[in-house]
Amino acid sequence: MCLAVPMKVIKIDGQDGLVEIGGVRGGVNLQLVENIKVGDYVIVHAGFAIEKLDEEEAQKTIAMFKEMERMASRC
Amino acid sequence: MKYVDEFRNNRVAQRLSEEIKSLARDREMTFMEVCGGHTIAIFKYGLRDFLPPGIHLISGPGCPVCVTPTGFIDRAVALSRRKEVIIATFGDMIRVPGSSSSLREEKAQGADVWVVYSAMDAIPVARDNPDKKVVFLGIGFETTAPTIAATILQADRLRLSNFFVLSTLKTMPNALKALLEGDDMGIQGFICPGHVSTITGLGIYEFIARDYGVPCVISGFEPTDILQTLYMLTRQVGDGVAKVESQYTRTVKREGNPLAQKTMMAVFEPCDMEWRGLGIIPGSGLKIRDEFVRFNALQHFDVEVEPTRQEPGCICGDVMRGAKTPLDCKLFKKTCTPANPAGACMVSEEGTCATYFKYT
Ligand code: SF4
Repeated sequence: MCLAVPMKVIKIDGQDGLVEIGGVRGGVNLQLVENIKVGDYVIVHAGFAIEKLDEEEAQKTIAMFKEMERMASRC
Repeated sequence: MKYVDEFRNNRVAQRLSEEIKSLARDREMTFMEVCGGHTIAIFKYGLRDFLPPGIHLISGPGCPVCVTPTGFIDRAVALSRRKEVIIATFGDMIRVPGSSSSLREEKAQGADVWVVYSAMDAIPVARDNPDKKVVFLGIGFETTAPTIAATILQADRLRLSNFFVLSTLKTMPNALKALLEGDDMGIQGFICPGHVSTITGLGIYEFIARDYGVPCVISGFEPTDILQTLYMLTRQVGDGVAKVESQYTRTVKREGNPLAQKTMMAVFEPCDMEWRGLGIIPGSGLKIRDEFVRFNALQHFDVEVEPTRQEPGCICGDVMRGAKTPLDCKLFKKTCTPANPAGACMVSEEGTCATYFKYT
């Protein structure tokens, strides 16, 4: 029921959005999330966006993993 | 895929694995992954191979189809036999065996059963079939409840008089409490469900850390997410502390999603709820508020429901509590398979038995 992968919003029409992941598109209901813009990534559950992905937080985790990878390749 | 591939890096996984091993050393630790989505990821990516032998993972009650009790299926079956009723449901539910039938069998006998992807998809079914009564099967946790609440509000706006919800919606906190009260597995930490927490925020787990001294870490669903979560749990156990942390910061906000919470609570109120394997747990469910009682299938339909009969030999209930694994079940892979499930845990993709079937 829950797709754990974030989907990119490519169109918004009122409460209805169009999202895309890996070239596959689908409709999504946006009424449970606020301030969504085209280009945002959302988490979709049972046809509804339930949260907007916080890209800044995502980048922080990615940066930490990159650092770990760098340390891994040194030893 | 952006924001996916970055969390599937094998070198990072190896590095986290080393960190966990050096923290845990030869200590024994048991962690429960509450959510079926985490169980899938743990098996799919072989994450147990990244852990020292002393760290044990057990699966919990976080698959909505699996925790739906047989009596609920029987009621849905009884409703589906009514000429005027259309059942609308998430797909997995039609294969769950009831006491003597399933929705799939009823459909083959001519019952009108529609599979929908979203609760909202049941609205046009009701609108286009005014001479029928559409009953949506409301299963799920805090993640799904707001979507069903939004659908009931929409039916209210459209003044639909032939749309109903049969709710067995459940909420996590008191179920986790019941698990801990009856815990004979020695749970030392929870890998908390990422998407339930997206709605609720971190607060719902505070009592677990405070009153039971059990660490809670909310986790994302990619392999390095889960390994990092295990690192955080191992560190808490090693340090002798118990607190609520989030690994899944890119999605879960401390306060959750207030708009979704508001929508959910506008339509539903807490109630006692029956869980497969855990029995009736006080305050662990959501029922439709009196204000919206006209959408409540339980009130509207007076149906006779057959006495509940469990499949002899199925230990789904113990699997849901984490007390046993599917490998302990005599029917597993023999008479019970995803094509022909004997119990609910084999039906849903998120079910522990289905995951074991696929990956062991
Ligand atoms: S393998 Fe089948 S019969 Fe055994 S516990 Fe799982 S669902 Fe029940």
